[in-house]
Amino acid sequence: MVTAPIHNDSRDGSSSASGAAGSAVLVPGSSTGSPLGSKPGVSAGTGRPDSRPRLVRSRDPEAHPVPTGREEEWRFTPLRRLRGLLTGPAADATVEVSVDAPAPVTVEHVGSGDKRVGRVLTPADRVAAFAMTRAEDVVVVTVPAEAMPDEPVVVRVHGTGGTVYGHLVVEVGAFASATVVLDHTGTATFAGNVELSVGDSASLTLVSLQDWDAGAVHVGAHAARVGRDARFRSFTVTLGGDLVRLSPTVTYAGPGGDAELYGLFFTDAGQHQEHRLLVDHGPRSCRSRVAYKGALRGEGAHAVWIGDVVIGADAVGTDTYELNRNLVLTDGARADSVPNLEISTGEVVGAGHASATGRFDDEALFYLMARGIPADEARRLVVRGFFAEIVDRIEIDSLRERITAAVEAELGGAG
Amino acid sequence: MSTLEIRNLHVSVETDSAEGREILRGVDLTIRRGETHAIMGPNGSGKSTLAYSIAGHPKYTITSGTVTLDGVDVLAMSVDERARAGVFLAMQYPVEVPGVSVSNFLRSSVTAVRGEAPKLRTWVKEVRDSMAALEMDPVFAERSVNEGFSGGEKKRHEILQMALLKPKIAILDETDSGLDVDALRIVSGGIESVRAAGQTGILLITHYTRILRYVKPEFVHVMAGGRIVDSGGPELAAVLEDSGYDRYVKTTEPAGTAA
Repeated sequence: MVTAPIHNDSRDGSSSASGAAGSAVLVPGSSTGSPLGSKPGVSAGTGRPDSRPRLVRSRDPEAHPVPTGREEEWRFTPLRRLRGLLTGPAADATVEVSVDAPAPVTVEHVGSGDKRVGRVLTPADRVAAFAMTRAEDVVVVTVPAEAMPDEPVVVRVHGTGGTVYGHLVVEVGAFASATVVLDHTGTATFAGNVELSVGDSASLTLVSLQDWDAGAVHVGAHAARVGRDARFRSFTVTLGGDLVRLSPTVTYAGPGGDAELYGLFFTDAGQHQEHRLLVDHGPRSCRSRVAYKGALRGEGAHAVWIGDVVIGADAVGTDTYELNRNLVLTDGARADSVPNLEISTGEVVGAGHASATGRFDDEALFYLMARGIPADEARRLVVRGFFAEIVDRIEIDSLRERITAAVEAELGGAG
Repeated sequence: MSTLEIRNLHVSVETDSAEGREILRGVDLTIRRGETHAIMGPNGSGKSTLAYSIAGHPKYTITSGTVTLDGVDVLAMSVDERARAGVFLAMQYPVEVPGVSVSNFLRSSVTAVRGEAPKLRTWVKEVRDSMAALEMDPVFAERSVNEGFSGGEKKRHEILQMALLKPKIAILDETDSGLDVDALRIVSGGIESVRAAGQTGILLITHYTRILRYVKPEFVHVMAGGRIVDSGGPELAAVLEDSGYDRYVKTTEPAGTAA
């Protein structure tokens, strides 16, 4: 069967984007990958275009319609495998949450009524709304202004089965700098939100590891708000689970914000791993980079990557580029990749995207083997090289090693 | 004395039809360690097919004949086993391997071929000296394998590998193609120094005679229509320089039935 429905690579630079000055241009990147602005007639209205996601934003679950599976937001997701999360079943279990926080970082456990809940995230779907209203143990991590802890904050979430709602708030004060590692292991039917507030001129790195056991279901909204001249980097690493569906979003609170969103996933037989990104450029002169790379292996492995970037009418000087690469290792796997770029000003520094899904390069394998390297090792080298662009950026040695080892363990199972 | 013996080799390439298309129609050739052979011939005569068949590329099917290295059946070996047995192919179009550095690649390859990891201290010097001989910048070692390399850089990288792996038999597939005069001189110098060591039998596959100004073969063979149709000494290259391949192409084309 054909396993790679999307195969495109478009690099849209500032020159083409600037031609769209003063009008709204909607570029549905998906499988065509057409250069920006090269499709006259797609949409050239005045005013703000209809932003595809974000139809309803509310913390009230009942404000969100129950999806049928035909909606754009849900069409890739196997709803039956959500274990009822869309109907908000009562929690019947807990996850073990432990937090290692170096001084002067503080950790609080509060209820969902705490005023810090919902400051950054307004749920865009029922699952996120349920997680926000039903989470009994909301963890609030605060990095005081100007603090620069040497060690990362580590939040471990270990599931022991059953349905659980979770909510994590991270607030980083102005001029502070911190790294937060969010480590999901075990198994659960888990609806978990993350809200990240990065203060002005602050810096936050988030590493979110989805290292679940085979049966886990995890649906999560990860919302970050990046302050003026602040920097946010995230690494979203999804390795396990039966179904993982994450929606990382970035908004900017002021000019000069910089967000880099990196992702790595290894989708094994029968797994559904979906990453739906939205970077919303509101203020001027912000920057975003998105790079997600995935490998797929085995019958029924399904990876979905949606990359939405919205550049508002006031977001002059925006510099954005997003990329998704998928490596299909075997027959029977499927990768969907849909980049979308929606631009309401042409006065940008750069706006582009690229998406490509390809099979394992047999010529690379031949080349390495022709130099004496055995097939298994050659395969490992190629896949490790494919992910190096992401993994090498992670500055925590132990995490880098753990991720590399996990990827190689996945490959080892290929036989 | 290592010897590569090719006997009556017939090779087909995969095509859309079930049969495949026969490219090599009975090649016989013997190469001994220390000898340098050149195979010349027009495009489509089967030169590259011969090279890739010996290296074991899966695209080619051996339909009959034998290839042995010191009496051992090369065709029964996997691609990596052939390399470890001492067969090296410098490719016309080296493949990009993104994210794998040249230094990591060279070390993995040398470790596999030598059977043990080289000692770090001597290894660093060995690579540095070999790269210097090919006028390669040391930063080259940190780049991804063949990614973004110029044509000349790719070919120098191939010759660098040959110098480090010290194969018994090296097949150089159009290593001279796409090189400017300076790059040709540097690459030829690299080939000459491997040759001068006397430990490697070299099979130089080329379309043009210009590399033979730098690398002097003892034996020159002409390939046409999937066979070696003429063999001689260096003087044969001079004849080809003057008269081209026309007479070989004309005489061999109808001979396909003889296979």
